[in-house]
Amino acid sequence: MSVVNLPGMWAIYRAEMARTRRTVLQSVATPVLTTVLYFIVFGTAIGSRMHQVGGVGYGAFIVPGLIMLTLLTQGISNASIAIYFPKFTKTIFELLSAPISSLEVVLAYVGAAATKSIMIGLIILVTATFFVPVRIMHPGWMIAFLVLTALTFSLFGFLIGIWAESFEQLAIVPSLVVTPLTFLGGAFYSIDMLPQPWRTVSLFNPVVYLVSGFRWSFYGVGDVGVGISLVFILAFMALCLAVLWWIFRTGYRLKP
Amino acid sequence: MSPVLSISAVTKTYKSGQTALHAIDLAVEKGEIFALLGPNGAGKTTLISIICGLVSMTSGRISVDGHDIITDYRAARGIIGLVPQEISLDIFATVENTVQFSRGLFGKSANPAYIEQILRDLSLWEKRGARVNELSGGMKRRVMIAKALSHEPDILFLDEPTAGVDVNLRRDMWDLVRRLRDRGVTVILTTHYLEEAEEMADRVGVIDRGRLVLVEETATLMRKMGKRRLSVTMQQRMTAIPPALSGWPLRLEADGERLVYEFDANAPDTGMPLLLRELAAAGIDYKDLETGRSSLEDIFVGLVESGV
Repeated sequence: MSVVNLPGMWAIYRAEMARTRRTVLQSVATPVLTTVLYFIVFGTAIGSRMHQVGGVGYGAFIVPGLIMLTLLTQGISNASIAIYFPKFTKTIFELLSAPISSLEVVLAYVGAAATKSIMIGLIILVTATFFVPVRIMHPGWMIAFLVLTALTFSLFGFLIGIWAESFEQLAIVPSLVVTPLTFLGGAFYSIDMLPQPWRTVSLFNPVVYLVSGFRWSFYGVGDVGVGISLVFILAFMALCLAVLWWIFRTGYRLKP
Repeated sequence: MSPVLSISAVTKTYKSGQTALHAIDLAVEKGEIFALLGPNGAGKTTLISIICGLVSMTSGRISVDGHDIITDYRAARGIIGLVPQEISLDIFATVENTVQFSRGLFGKSANPAYIEQILRDLSLWEKRGARVNELSGGMKRRVMIAKALSHEPDILFLDEPTAGVDVNLRRDMWDLVRRLRDRGVTVILTTHYLEEAEEMADRVGVIDRGRLVLVEETATLMRKMGKRRLSVTMQQRMTAIPPALSGWPLRLEADGERLVYEFDANAPDTGMPLLLRELAAAGIDYKDLETGRSSLEDIFVGLVESGV
């Protein structure tokens, strides 16, 4: 047996991507449709009466935020269901009995969930170009933020999937925590537009940093410096990895 | 021969404080068919789950073909196949895909010819393109076995393999176990269908309330603990055992129609000829005689009740 179980990781990754293909309407069409609706309502109907934000038309301004919002929710929901479902159907016994390390399992599941999120993010980006003029000033940074955010929030979703013991718990974090944070995270506005004390409060919202960094890679303007955004997302990733390391070391909610 | 599975002083206490296993020691030889017997909740599944990595042990050490299951888990798990008691499958995958998935998960490169062979052996080949949720319960169980064999394991664990299984599948399963044994695969199974252990297993381990109370070759166990019985069907019914026969450990069955005598199968003198002579002397006519051997079930009940 080699040091790394590549066939095992590949098997998980492929099985997850096959699941995506089986549920292509739900996985891809739904987020795209939702985004199109956002463009119609915010970008065209309301946006036509809005001033420019940071030198960018409102319709174009919300594009990076919308992509980020989709990346977060998709990464979390894909990865959490991917590991929760085997727990629920008990097929997880096979993962636990296989000669594959915890890290390899995580990489395969998170990799698949992130791949799917990135694909959807790119589809939304392409869709957006039909509605508003989008330009990308720093494509390298754009890709970096896209990949890092997809990976980090897929990792976060994986944690939720391991923690959850019921479908209700599975839904509770995304709906009660993540959705408010994304809506208040500057996807539809610049936090400069908020009155005090909300502007300061917003700085405690992690999503602000993600949206800001991502928007900077498009238009060269952000609510906070791009370096801070990058540090933040790396720190959040490190936190998720640390929790995951603890979970696998103790067998929390996996091994009695 | 060195054991292919060696378990030493393995204990398991769950977080609830319940102790499922008390210092289990066991060695299973390569190519053996070993049956773990015990009532529900005795700890059979816990023991298997620990060996296979599903449950962590509280203390002790287990090695599989010389590989420690904790420090060298890749090598150890790579040669183990597990068919758990409960059917749990990705119901949306096809039969062929889910079996290939298992092979990949265990680190083996694809081998379509081998997978085809397994699916044919288990009468699944015609169904290879079907989704798992379209299959009957028996077929799903066959898929579970195919998955466990997909990576060519040297040791196969079958947890209650025939619980709720029809006659055909049961027969196919035992044929398969024999074929595997011929190839040198070690098979460890749990069951409470005791006649199966008697028929299939080279050795039997009896587990009760988390303790391995006995490990013995099946034949030796039968010889050592086995009782034989003589039942005499009489011409006339009897209401009580006649005083002339009061020295014999006899009992009446079938409404006084049958007289049953149990004796030690290994005793040099069974006493049968003498009993028959005394029956004749007492004027008791009989129309049929039948002798039999006690099953493993009787032995097991005896063991557990005596609290060995």
